[in-house]
Amino acid sequence: MATDVKVDEHVTKDSFIQGMKDCIPTLLGYISIGFAFGVVGITSNLSILEIFLLSALVYAGSAQFIFTGLYMAGAPMSVIIITTFIVNLRHFLMSLTVAPYLTRYSALRNVGFGSLLTDETFGVAVTKMGREQHLGGRWMDGLNLTAYLTWIAACVVGGLVGNWIPNADAWGLDYALVAMFIALLVLNLADAGKKKLMHYLKLIGCVFGILYILSYFMPGHLAVLFATVIVATIGVVTE
Amino acid sequence: MMTTLSMVLLILGCAFVTWAPRVIPFILVRNIELPNVVLRWLQFIPVCILSALVFQSLLNTEGKFVTLNWESTIAFMPTLLVAIWTKSLSKTVVVGVLTVAVLRNFF
Repeated sequence: MATDVKVDEHVTKDSFIQGMKDCIPTLLGYISIGFAFGVVGITSNLSILEIFLLSALVYAGSAQFIFTGLYMAGAPMSVIIITTFIVNLRHFLMSLTVAPYLTRYSALRNVGFGSLLTDETFGVAVTKMGREQHLGGRWMDGLNLTAYLTWIAACVVGGLVGNWIPNADAWGLDYALVAMFIALLVLNLADAGKKKLMHYLKLIGCVFGILYILSYFMPGHLAVLFATVIVATIGVVTE
Repeated sequence: MMTTLSMVLLILGCAFVTWAPRVIPFILVRNIELPNVVLRWLQFIPVCILSALVFQSLLNTEGKFVTLNWESTIAFMPTLLVAIWTKSLSKTVVVGVLTVAVLRNFF
């Protein structure tokens, strides 16, 4: 199988606690965005229970915001579900990138890894993959569960206090997500060698150009998906 | 009223369409060996998808032309510099959020 990677001395021990520790830098992001979602949810007339269910079952920041927006706008169920699907389809690519490193674990555990994959845990995991060419299951669980429980708690707390802070928008909390993407991108680039870095920078230029053009023809989340697929292909061809 | 049946069904529907794309690849790669070229292709996904997500946040697609969203673009610069300088997720998030808060409150 594709997981037949060499385990060398650089591989850190596979521990749940280490996974939790490696999650800590992203927690500020989860807390900010989850809190902001709770506030938006409660001020959009969602109940605490509904905020809890969304964060525990859908567990996807941008999709939860879009869900709330569409629901408030009175969009039909089918539109909300299809939009959520498109918004989260990028996770397919993320899971596909991480999964080959975890095939030695049981199907059930793999379902667990996949169910809790988010943009941020993906970012942390691929940074580790870049450094060590290896991922451990207990480490993944520690990372995933820490992120998951923090997210639910942040969403619910935001919902509980949301009615008292009407202007949460001014706090800029929604930008935490973008800031995290920027940091994860830089971390991934920092681990690449000089020659690889030049290649990556050219590809990033392609991403911008292609994303810009695609944005005229399709919703943003689809543009992200297609730009990624096209530029990763350019990456393989120009390697 | 805490919730309604139709709301619970709606949330379950959204949960399912979010869950399936996350889990299917994990089941897939256990059963099929991915060709070498696909594995090479996957190596480019992290950088491509993360940069696409960043650039998407910079674009404003509301108008007739796709333009840069000035608020995100201005916030992008200090955030990127802190990310390069500190290589720290938390510091980058703090600086990004503070920059946007300042922009929204003082400009």
